[in-house]
Amino acid sequence: MIRHKAKRVEIVIEAIMARRLAAALTEAGVTGFTVLPVEGGSGRSGPWSREGQVTRAGGMNAFVCIVREERLDALLEAAYRVVERHIGVICVTDCEVLRAERF
Amino acid sequence: MDSVFALAAANLVSPVILSFALGLLAALARSDLSVPEAAAKALSIYLLFAIGFKGGAAVAESGFGGTLALGLLAGVILSFAIPLVAFALLRVVSRLSVVDAAAVAAHYGSISIVTFVAATAALQSQGIAYEGWMVAVAAAMEAPAILSALWLVARKGGAAEQEEGLLREVLLNGSIVLLVGSFLIGVATGAEGLAKIESFIVAPFTGVLCLFLLDMGLIAGRGLREMRRGGPVSPALIGFGLLMPLIGGAAGLASALLIGLSPGGAALMTTLAASASYIAVPAAMRVALPEANPSVYLTLSLGVTFPFNLTVGIPLYIAAAVALAGG
Repeated sequence: MIRHKAKRVEIVIEAIMARRLAAALTEAGVTGFTVLPVEGGSGRSGPWSREGQVTRAGGMNAFVCIVREERLDALLEAAYRVVERHIGVICVTDCEVLRAERF
Repeated sequence: MDSVFALAAANLVSPVILSFALGLLAALARSDLSVPEAAAKALSIYLLFAIGFKGGAAVAESGFGGTLALGLLAGVILSFAIPLVAFALLRVVSRLSVVDAAAVAAHYGSISIVTFVAATAALQSQGIAYEGWMVAVAAAMEAPAILSALWLVARKGGAAEQEEGLLREVLLNGSIVLLVGSFLIGVATGAEGLAKIESFIVAPFTGVLCLFLLDMGLIAGRGLREMRRGGPVSPALIGFGLLMPLIGGAAGLASALLIGLSPGGAALMTTLAASASYIAVPAAMRVALPEANPSVYLTLSLGVTFPFNLTVGIPLYIAAAVALAGG
């Protein structure tokens, strides 16, 4: 099985900003990503849980994008513009994919 | 004075308030009791639809009357003005930054629709009539406070996110669309429409409100637990959370008397001006003022002012409105 190198970008962001991030990624040419709900976690403000959030403003989403390395900078610039002033995490890891033409 | 205590006592032992207390105590005792997210959402949709529809049907029966425009105008002015008072008070009594103080102030200028619904339920249980179009006033009071907060930050040289879609998002948030939409359906279909769905939106209303407030109690209790663990809310801020609804309520009552609302309508205007948002405004603040600390404004509006209004505020506002607008 042939494996191809790619970059996996994970962005955890406030749910209220998810629509804005999706628009920014699409505008930057990143049309493939997956959005996942976040159950909870812990950060600089202490532990946090999705349970009991009265508004979606209190929730978080995780975006997972897998791109070829040459498209990474455009993706990060677009994501950073949205996340910069907000609670969230952006991380990049190396990964391998099977069907390179899809990324 | 006796009537105030009698109203307060009756309110405190109502199923609605006791359900809230159950949720609050369960959360404080770290029980695993919880209302599933989707169920809570469905309950809130039901309540908004029912209150909007019933208000519209009442208007179809009695007509809008000359005070509707004045009521809307008063609501919008209150929503613009209350954050200015709250901001000035916060800057005196607390060490909150400009951004935090403005964000908190926005919550107090906007409204809590659940507090409004609880107040209508209390009025109905006491047989006090109110203007059906007060739901439209509630919808009109959601957004102006946000603009006041952004203006306060801009005036002090702070940076608020200038985003063109934000106002549209606030004005078209699901709660407002459902409330105004069901109100218009009620106006259009009137008593005949109400008769067709009465068994669904009238009889079960108080029971559904109990379950919803059980969930709100759980959420408020979790907020209070955070506060006990040493959150950013100081005793001075808690004092603000108890005083500000009385200041806002007094302004609301004065406006109601000025425009000649009925005692029930005056009680609702007082309640709206006294309540603090915890749905629409937190979302807008996360977008426009992301540097503001959500723990401060959510704990104050949901953990302090909401329980205060529900238990002490509403009977007080009803008693004051009945005393001053009743005769």
